Amino acid sequence: MASIAHAERLPVESRLWRFLKPEALTGYFLISPAVFLLLVLLAYPFVLAVYISLTDRVLGEPGKFIWIRNFIKLLQDSFFRQTVWNSFIYTASTVVLKMILGIILALLLNQEMRYRNLVRGALLLPWIVPTSLSVLTWLWMFDSLFSIVNYILLGLGLISRKVPWLGDPFWAMVSVIIVNTWRGLPFFAVSFLAGLMTIPRELYEAAETDGAKQFRQFWHITLPLLQPVIAVVVLFSTIWTFADFQIVYILTHGGPINATQIFATMAYDVALVAGRIGEGSAISLFLFPALLVVIILMLRYLRQE
Amino acid sequence: MRRKRLRTLQRIVGVYLPLAAFLCFALFPFYWMLISSFKANPELYNLKANRLWIANPTLDQFRDLFAKTAALQWLWNSFFVSFLTSMISMTFGIMAGYALARLKFPGAQAFGLATFITYLVPTTLIFIPLARVVQSLGLSNSIWSLVVTYPTFLIPFCTWMLIAYFKSIPKDMEECAMIDGCSRIGAMVRIVLPVAVPGVIFSAMFSFTLSWNEFVYALTFISTTTHKTMSVAVPTELIRGDAYFWGELMAASLLGSVPVAVLYSFFMEYFVSGLTAGALKG
Repeated sequence: MASIAHAERLPVESRLWRFLKPEALTGYFLISPAVFLLLVLLAYPFVLAVYISLTDRVLGEPGKFIWIRNFIKLLQDSFFRQTVWNSFIYTASTVVLKMILGIILALLLNQEMRYRNLVRGALLLPWIVPTSLSVLTWLWMFDSLFSIVNYILLGLGLISRKVPWLGDPFWAMVSVIIVNTWRGLPFFAVSFLAGLMTIPRELYEAAETDGAKQFRQFWHITLPLLQPVIAVVVLFSTIWTFADFQIVYILTHGGPINATQIFATMAYDVALVAGRIGEGSAISLFLFPALLVVIILMLRYLRQE
Repeated sequence: MRRKRLRTLQRIVGVYLPLAAFLCFALFPFYWMLISSFKANPELYNLKANRLWIANPTLDQFRDLFAKTAALQWLWNSFFVSFLTSMISMTFGIMAGYALARLKFPGAQAFGLATFITYLVPTTLIFIPLARVVQSLGLSNSIWSLVVTYPTFLIPFCTWMLIAYFKSIPKDMEECAMIDGCSRIGAMVRIVLPVAVPGVIFSAMFSFTLSWNEFVYALTFISTTTHKTMSVAVPTELIRGDAYFWGELMAASLLGSVPVAVLYSFFMEYFVSGLTAGALKG
């Protein structure tokens, strides 16, 4: 604030000079391609999304301005309400699963062992490989007739009847949650591992001499010091999972009977399959409040750090 | 002696067994993809055989894939788009990252904040209007639509990754060079960039992987079979109606997965260190 107030009092020439001195000019030159691209292909489409969502545009017709009627209609639609509910269930359960399993996996990977780098590399694979292709493999693994998962679980005696993975509303949700956890876990584990490696060893040694058991060490040293990394990773994952598309699109296509439909897949179906572009845009925009919350929390958190 | 044995047991139950379970969970789908793609159809759909092993390995599925589909073209499209977009994003990312790490100018902070926020914007939030923008640029149904749009999520990533790298390089070196008559840009290219090579390689590789894996934009913007990239072509072109040719599908998935897996195994050290650095600076 002080610097701004100071600038007001400067003569016009030197105020201009702040923008025109060589260092500033070089700066503007260097950021100009990025700024241009982000304005044209990110900021403008976002404004366009808001505009389109306020019209009743369908494919091939410009449509007319109908204010927020798309949003009102959606909120009264039981299909859409189920989509909202599904998105919350999907996001909450996968983020919690990934967080808990991620902490366990990071603790395991932090141990001294042979082939440690190989193991770390292998565990990252689900996160590196194209999701659409690995999810196709899961689709084949959950096939109603040939499911290898059922074959193994039956063989091990863990289940007595075939599980209808993708054919039943409950199990379909379980399936997309399993696959999302499978894909996202490596990112959590590696980020937490990086956090673990920064915790000074002396802290544990001191705790050891005080006679603190391993669980207490974890609870009083590891978890509090890991908390900043956990917070950032969870925030990242929350917005990405909330807006996820591929896993549901390929595995269940939102079915059976809408049981796994989430925002992005419904927006795609309404806008590009059914051609109701205005309504589809409105569905997409429901992701925006979530994004806003994540941005605010993230900025507040990073500022604290 | 007993104590040592107890220790070993503790390690097996406490570390190796759970780790083995995680490894099975992470890797089994790839194992299943691999063996499914080397089985002939009679074996693939035989429920009485030992399904977890291959009795007669065959390349039939790959032969069919190349004979009947445009798989090679899809691979080439993926490669072309990923290479070009990662180069473009890398260049613009280096420029913007350097400016934010080193130069003081009005608006720098706002721009830094804006790139960070755009990094969080999911593609599914704007894919519908972006399809219109792509259309008005005359790029619909062309792989150039992807070359133009992918940098929107790659540049913020590269920029943030590289700010951290540039900041870790001491300022003295470039200042010396500039006193000796080197320009700002000259100092950046000749002094700073060579030191930042690990960060540059990591960002380029990661951008390549992100482009290779991208799905939503490619699905939305492109409809012609021969213009599709691998990640979209396999699930959309190889599933015809309700008929799933699993052997072919798995062979194609394997082909689409191997390039990034190989790239990643070559540079794994960079990857793990880059990722961890990114996570810490997050």
